[in-house]
Amino acid sequence: MEINEFVKHFADQFDDTDASEINTQTKFHDLDEWSSLLALSVLNMTEKKYGVNLSFDELKNSVLIQDVFNLIQSKQ
Amino acid sequence: MQNPYQLTNKCIFITGAASGIGRATALLCAGLGAKVIITDLNETTLLKTYELLEGEGHKYALADLTKEEDLIGLIDELPILDGFVSNAGIIKTILTQLGEKSDVEKILSINTIAPIHLTQLLLQNKKIKKDASIVYTSSMAGVFNGAIGNGLYGASKAAINGFVKSLALEVAPRGIRVNTVNPGITETNIYNNTSITPEQLESEKAHYPLGRFGKPEEIAMGICYLLSDTTKWMTGTSLLIDGGCTLI
Repeated sequence: MEINEFVKHFADQFDDTDASEINTQTKFHDLDEWSSLLALSVLNMTEKKYGVNLSFDELKNSVLIQDVFNLIQSKQ
Repeated sequence: MQNPYQLTNKCIFITGAASGIGRATALLCAGLGAKVIITDLNETTLLKTYELLEGEGHKYALADLTKEEDLIGLIDELPILDGFVSNAGIIKTILTQLGEKSDVEKILSINTIAPIHLTQLLLQNKKIKKDASIVYTSSMAGVFNGAIGNGLYGASKAAINGFVKSLALEVAPRGIRVNTVNPGITETNIYNNTSITPEQLESEKAHYPLGRFGKPEEIAMGICYLLSDTTKWMTGTSLLIDGGCTLI
């Protein structure tokens, strides 16, 4: 699992947010486009791309995209 | 007055009986005097249901309803039935754009193909008595409303409702009735191992005019109503039990 690839997958879930705004240190909950729909999208993506099922609560408790990456790594 | 909902001496086969709505239905059927045959995947929890059954003469059988050999074995063991409750099912929340063919196949195989194929086998093997009642656990979802990420589940349940309309016509000459119950969110373990959290479920309650989710026992009441002779003139219908959720 590679961090840059993960950031790209994360960014792919967004339609209106420029990919340049999304990096490991992005506080994704603060992005204008962030919503419960995007949260589900990220959860589905982590299952499909990394075989890891995260919960909404785990995502909610993560602040940075790096935190989500670390969480997935800890569960792989 | 005799209890109009009694199921005395009726023989009723229930799938997905190890927990939730299936377990509640098995217990209520037995409580109303029926002999039940229960099936599920998990032996420990299925046995728990079996041990809780009132009365005697009940049976249980482990089976994976998506496996042909298990279905054949199950059919062989079954007596002639007065009632069949097709209840086993799974839920998966996934956005359409992130889903794969395997997701579609998995949910349809358990929620749609297995119930329909099991019905085919029961009829082919003449396991359904004249004047029997068949009840499918469908859902509010897909039939009465939609929800984000719920397309596959909704499709799997709407297919059952579609199937029932034709099956009801096909077996009506033999007095066999076919109906569905369509529950709103019910407090069962079907949401375990999904990305839906207890907290999220809690916020969903705001959509329920009656202020709460259903209890498995309340859905079981609807199923037993459809199994009983009270509903001898009901067929091809969908009994929506949703706490008023689809009103708003």
